[in-house]
Amino acid sequence: MKKADKKFQLADRLLIFMTILPIIIGIVIKVLTTPAEEGIAVHGALIYFTLPAPVQNLPITESQVNSWLVMTAIAFLCLYLTHGIRRGVETKRQYFCEWIVEMCYGMVKGNMGEFFKEFAPFIASILALSAFSSLICLFGLYSPTSDINVVAGWAILVFGLITYYKMKCGPKQYLKSFGEPVKFLAPLNIISEVATPISMSFRHYGNVLSGSVISVLVASGLQGVSAKLFSGINFPFLQIGIPAVLSIYFDVFSGCLQAYIFAMLTMLYVSGGFPAEEYFRRKAEKSKKVN
Amino acid sequence: MLELAVGIILGACALGAGIAMVAGIGPGIGEGNAVAKACEAIGRQPETRSEVTTTMLMGCAVAETTGLYALIIAILLLFVAPGRLVNILLEAVGK
Repeated sequence: MKKADKKFQLADRLLIFMTILPIIIGIVIKVLTTPAEEGIAVHGALIYFTLPAPVQNLPITESQVNSWLVMTAIAFLCLYLTHGIRRGVETKRQYFCEWIVEMCYGMVKGNMGEFFKEFAPFIASILALSAFSSLICLFGLYSPTSDINVVAGWAILVFGLITYYKMKCGPKQYLKSFGEPVKFLAPLNIISEVATPISMSFRHYGNVLSGSVISVLVASGLQGVSAKLFSGINFPFLQIGIPAVLSIYFDVFSGCLQAYIFAMLTMLYVSGGFPAEEYFRRKAEKSKKVN
Repeated sequence: MLELAVGIILGACALGAGIAMVAGIGPGIGEGNAVAKACEAIGRQPETRSEVTTTMLMGCAVAETTGLYALIIAILLLFVAPGRLVNILLEAVGK
């Protein structure tokens, strides 16, 4: 029994270590690749190296690397949370995971209905990925969500899902839905269809990016002010701590809110685009024919 | 002459970014309205507080979109456009 306990604890520690390891790796890569004497400036994602590819060379950027690190960290965090879950044994950790899972299922059921119950893992992973990607900038890393390419990828994925569920009753029904309520509104409907992924990606990316731009502006302004005030000493005293206050709103609150909104809009668009009445009517007809 | 042209490009980009952010007025008014109505609703029915707050945040996020479009255009004008436009100018002069 004691040996099993020891093994369990060891595995626990290993999982915690593996959760923290990607963040440490990210910080090490950042320290090694950031050019010296750069100062504070607004810049996009660094390009680490480019892979030669047939059509166009594939650049591996900071945002890609960081999002992979976030994904590994989340995977090991989930493994840690679900480690040692058994029936009848109730621990704090188990209550915590149950709370998360129940919350996700409740949210999905409340917003999408019973038919889309299986969406809960997908929505939960969108929430976790988006929130942790925004929160990673608390460690000084470049957050992947402030790169439009990452967020646009997610938005295109969601757009594919929306279109798939709109086509559930066949492509004919899908094309017909553009002519509603009046036929000549079809061009506007097509524009609003295309605008969905654009607005989703721009909303998320714009919020995170504007926060980091404002933080950089405030930090560089404080650098100038402290250079004027303490002109003898070459050390930016005012930069200690004051820009961190902004980070509470821009990084923590705004990042989590945008993750929530992205997940919420995904749910609403997918369940809103699904022609439920038609689908269930056809299903009922089919089952009647079989019987 | 070239300095003047580059100066005009940089100044026009900065001015354009500032003018683009006038669009921030719209989301400001819209979100203010949304929050005011949400406060009224919570005052009338305090028990629906959590639902009203969620809906309000969703509405605010959607209302914010136009402002964010303007913000992205402003950021492009500040950080991306000047370099590109100056390159175009230099190419044109080089010919």
